[in-house]
Amino acid sequence: MVDNTHQDIDAATGTATTGHEWDGIKELNTPLPKWWLYILYACIVWSVGYWFLYPAIPLPGGHTPGLLGWTSRGAVTADLQELQAQRATLVGQLNKSTLQQIAADPKLAEFARAYGRSSFGVNCAPCHGSNGQGSAGYPNLTADRWLWGGKLDQISQTITHGARSGDPDGHEGNMPAFGKDGILTKDQIGQVAAYVVSLSTPTTADVSAGQKVFAENCAPCHGDNAKGNPDVGAPNLTTKIWLYGGDKATIQETLTNGRGGHMPAWGSKLDPATIKALTVYVHALGGGQ
Amino acid sequence: MTIGELLGIVLSFAGAFLALFIASKAYTAAYAFHMFVFALAGFGSAFLIFKHYTNRAAVIPQEINGRPNYQYGPIKFASLAAVFWGIAGFLVGLIVALELAYPDLSMGLQWINFGRLRPLHTSAVIFAFGGNVLLATSLYVVQRTCRTRIAGELAPWFVILGYNLFIVIAGTGYLLGITQSKEYAEPEWYADLWLTIVWVVYLLVFLATLWKRKEPHIYVANWFTLAFILTIAMLHLGNNASIPVSIFSPKSYIVWSGVQDAMFQWWYGHNAVGFFLTAGFLAIMYYFVPKRAERPVYSYRLSIIHFWALVFMYIWAGPHHLHYTALPDWAQTLGMTFSIMLWMPSWGGMINGLLTLAGAWDKLRTDPVLRMLVVSVAFYGMSTFEGPLMSIKVVNSLSHYTDWTIGHVHSGALGWVGFVSFGALYCLIPWVYNRKLYSMKLVNWHFWIATIGIVLYITAMWVSGILQGLMWRAYTSNGFLEYSFIETVEAMHPFYVIRAAGGGLFLIGSLIMAYNFYKTLASPEEAEAPEAKPALAPAE
Repeated sequence: MVDNTHQDIDAATGTATTGHEWDGIKELNTPLPKWWLYILYACIVWSVGYWFLYPAIPLPGGHTPGLLGWTSRGAVTADLQELQAQRATLVGQLNKSTLQQIAADPKLAEFARAYGRSSFGVNCAPCHGSNGQGSAGYPNLTADRWLWGGKLDQISQTITHGARSGDPDGHEGNMPAFGKDGILTKDQIGQVAAYVVSLSTPTTADVSAGQKVFAENCAPCHGDNAKGNPDVGAPNLTTKIWLYGGDKATIQETLTNGRGGHMPAWGSKLDPATIKALTVYVHALGGGQ
Repeated sequence: MTIGELLGIVLSFAGAFLALFIASKAYTAAYAFHMFVFALAGFGSAFLIFKHYTNRAAVIPQEINGRPNYQYGPIKFASLAAVFWGIAGFLVGLIVALELAYPDLSMGLQWINFGRLRPLHTSAVIFAFGGNVLLATSLYVVQRTCRTRIAGELAPWFVILGYNLFIVIAGTGYLLGITQSKEYAEPEWYADLWLTIVWVVYLLVFLATLWKRKEPHIYVANWFTLAFILTIAMLHLGNNASIPVSIFSPKSYIVWSGVQDAMFQWWYGHNAVGFFLTAGFLAIMYYFVPKRAERPVYSYRLSIIHFWALVFMYIWAGPHHLHYTALPDWAQTLGMTFSIMLWMPSWGGMINGLLTLAGAWDKLRTDPVLRMLVVSVAFYGMSTFEGPLMSIKVVNSLSHYTDWTIGHVHSGALGWVGFVSFGALYCLIPWVYNRKLYSMKLVNWHFWIATIGIVLYITAMWVSGILQGLMWRAYTSNGFLEYSFIETVEAMHPFYVIRAAGGGLFLIGSLIMAYNFYKTLASPEEAEAPEAKPALAPAE
């Protein structure tokens, strides 16, 4: 399209224009910058080379595998194997040792806690919090108040089989819905809630009516002294640590509708060494018995 | 009354009654609300067409005194709509940035949680702000460079108003919880259908204007606009192929599934960047930079080669969004290599933009509008280098899913698309309204405040993204992950605060711009009309 017969030279650059003008805009007939062209060619050459080396061209029934034989699945497998090799010695010792032996061997226990910390961050922290401090509905793992027991074997059992998880060896047992199911009246629930509050927050008010309801309905699981029973997952009600909340309204809510949180059975997801490491880590969070 | 006007009124009424019928049987209140909006738009459209008919001259002249009788009405509307949507979009962006830094900010209200505001932000800035800038500039540039009045009388208005109706439907839908959950393509099937109609009319208006041009050749800006319109039509239809549950329901199901859906999504998503945010805005650059600098375009040859290379290479690069996923390795390879090959075609546009200033560099000191346009081209060059870099698999293994991506997107969005749009609006609004821009000093303030905002934003996201990527892959000497996910989230907090500050500055800049336009339009003083300049000699 360059009009060579009426050369229009741009004064500032000394370059000819193409001879056209649109709404006052002209275009210079500058050649392609060499460096631009050579880098473009280099990128194309590099890309074509890459197509020979790596999986690239789709064909009927498959694709070109590439001369290097690289696949992303293969690369992941190799990375994981490398990691397993790095951990192999100490993981082997974890597998051979009992929980008590691990806890007693300082070097192995340190390894198990490092392993457990990493695994806890990935698997457990979403519910129990990054430091195991828990939140409403998710037990605090840093205090010596355990729903299902805080000994190494008990923690391992809970992690492996879960609670209300559907695993036949998992913990079972709910807090019944005393209000909804008509076991207690609204007044009785109010009385027993006041009594339960008084167990951790002493009061001068008369809570004897609630105490009576408690003895008849709650003591079978929570115990006469309300200190709980890890065999059935009944919490200790005499401390300031609460799973769902210790104010009267929340306790009434608990009594009315019942409770029954779920803990997954990790035995089907994590290997035995990981569960041992998690057990040792959780045991060491502050509440191990 | 012309056939077009009669048809317009009939179709407006028919559409309005159809919408009312659907509203009467709608499954959800939100959908019924949308149908009422459509019905209102239909009745409004019938009224406006009738008013146009009663007010217009018997024959609208194509030329007055030998000069084209350019149609600026729709361009004025789209320019001001762009300013309005821009501010709305930047504001919502600031809110979502603050919600990331302070997650309780949404106060548990479903309408303003991150999940609903995020698409509102992206759609408002890309499609509402960017889209109106593209409509305004493309319809201006095609008229001026073809030396002809735009094709159609009602059609350009239909395109502008219909497009903004789509924006309203899309945006209110997000707040009400209507979404098909495809990134940058969240509007549901009925909004997509409406946009398709608007877009086809846009294409026809554009083509018909090119067809009746008075110049022998088509100017480069129009090539880019045409590539943008055609490709967006194709992407929109491909990615939104879905089957509605019922005409009375807003819900639909996408026909693609699994990894094919992901592939379609990123073919669409990447080329929304390539053709909406790149080709469309390069068209702006090719007109407004030489016009403002009063210099010829650097190289015609480069414009041809980089245009064809760009449109050919871009369309293949989408799979780089799906590195290390279920997408087959061969497709990842092609996505990455085409991204690498795309580097120079992208830079062709930067070279042509920057070197157009050869012989006029001194104007950067004195004209803040030109400075904005030129800095936008520099940001374009930077982000089109960063993009191919991030598409390389080893780099991507660090950058993917981190804030680095957000930083990259915003260096392109704020630096390139934002600044080239502001520069074009600072030119366009005074031109179409025949006014002198109220204050160059305020443009200068806008430029510096927004530039500082961009620098804060992208540096915060680079640091945050690389830190995040390194924390995710950090292993202890025993071979265990060093950090849990929540620890990496906590580490992001200071950068999220800095990012929000940067976004806040960018918003302040745009408010200064809006004030400047308000004062410009409020002044009664008419500037010398661009048409008043001597008629240009026809090209040979």
